[in-house]
Amino acid sequence: MIDSVVEFLQGNFWALTALKLVAILGLIPVSGLAIGFAELKLSAKMQNRVGPYFAGGRWGWAQLLADGIKFIQKEDIIPADADRPVFRWAPALVMVSTVGLFVVIPFWDGGAVADLSIGIFYVLAISSISTIGILMAGWSSANKYSLMGGLRAAGQLIAYELPMVLAVIGVVIMAGTMSLSGIIKAQADFSLFGWSGFGDQPIANFISPFFILQFVGFLIFFISALAELSRIPFDMPIAESELVTGYLTEYSGFRFLFFFLAEFANMFTMSAIAATLFLGGYLGPFVNVVPWLGPLYLVTKIGVLCFLMIWFRWTFPRFREDQLQSVAWKVLVPLGLANIVVTAIFKVVM
Amino acid sequence: MEYFEQYITVGAFAGFGAALVAVTLVITWLIRPKNPTPTKLLTYECGVDPVGSGWSQSYVRYYAYGLLFVIFDVEAVFIFPWAIRLEQLGTFGLVEMLVFIWILVLGLVYAIRKGVLRWE
Repeated sequence: MIDSVVEFLQGNFWALTALKLVAILGLIPVSGLAIGFAELKLSAKMQNRVGPYFAGGRWGWAQLLADGIKFIQKEDIIPADADRPVFRWAPALVMVSTVGLFVVIPFWDGGAVADLSIGIFYVLAISSISTIGILMAGWSSANKYSLMGGLRAAGQLIAYELPMVLAVIGVVIMAGTMSLSGIIKAQADFSLFGWSGFGDQPIANFISPFFILQFVGFLIFFISALAELSRIPFDMPIAESELVTGYLTEYSGFRFLFFFLAEFANMFTMSAIAATLFLGGYLGPFVNVVPWLGPLYLVTKIGVLCFLMIWFRWTFPRFREDQLQSVAWKVLVPLGLANIVVTAIFKVVM
Repeated sequence: MEYFEQYITVGAFAGFGAALVAVTLVITWLIRPKNPTPTKLLTYECGVDPVGSGWSQSYVRYYAYGLLFVIFDVEAVFIFPWAIRLEQLGTFGLVEMLVFIWILVLGLVYAIRKGVLRWE
């Protein structure tokens, strides 16, 4: 029975694509809600509050579902001055970029929706589409706060795009491929000074060789990812206390919810990409004996990175706009270039 | 064929992302109240009536960042093919890229010395 279903799916491209669409359609809200709920509860713990408590009975687990249902019933207000078509379609563009990022993440061995040979390059290209959506939202609102927030977002996202690209190049040099599954295989097969106990043995090391050798790259990537996601300490584009909520000021109802959902879903995908590049993705102890452990390891690594992001939010104050730009251009970009040079020399000499 | 199938999947997902927004907005359009009033449609400016146009003048500095970004991003694209083939290119490729990155760094130093990153 199961064998015949698998055979049918492998033979039928469109049926397989439809199944993948349904799976990702389920994963996007689930990942968004899970991270959103974790954020609510963890921030409550860190501030000695209780947090959501009543919705759903225990721990307030249904809080975000209740919020979603509330958003469906909300009036959709488009300001009279706004540029209507641009205002309407900005959330769709952000959502396209979010959905597009889920396509290339390898959840287990061969478990990516589409294992593109230019995987990581595709990720960098698609993740910057959301910049256009955010700039569209800020511009079309015809609101001073939105315009300022949109420009800040654009300036910030392009400034931190660059260190991110440079950090990724270090990994590409080590792996010799841009395919995400290829990068994971390179981490499994990697031998450092003749020792190759990283991935393929039954009891493999939990630490990826790229985490050790590309530690600078990992730091640059993680800081840039925080900035790309507009998380504190890089949340100037949506700074509540100065810009109301920046480019989101005029949005209400379900369009607002799409930006909100995209933010949390992007936290998931960015952590997944960071885990794939630097932490070995689905690799872990016993993963080639028991393959279903792979997705569990990946989700654990994503969870650790998301926890770090939430922790930072309640630890660090917000940067100033010029400080943000000088950190990117004066510290992270030169550091990224130096990382490339050192990695390349290491690769050629070793 | 497999190559095209991969990109058809990517295209399907992009269309799916846009359709997701369109379909949910149609559903909410059926449910939500519609009661626009002139005051409600006014641009938000912390409670008072908005002064002047929403598309106000903004800081020119952002355009300089845009230019700086285009230069560096296009050059970063050249580094990717080199990074994949580095093992085959060997020392020759390494030296070539060191010269290239050195020129990139000079461009960055020039921009910083020109005061592109200084806010007054």
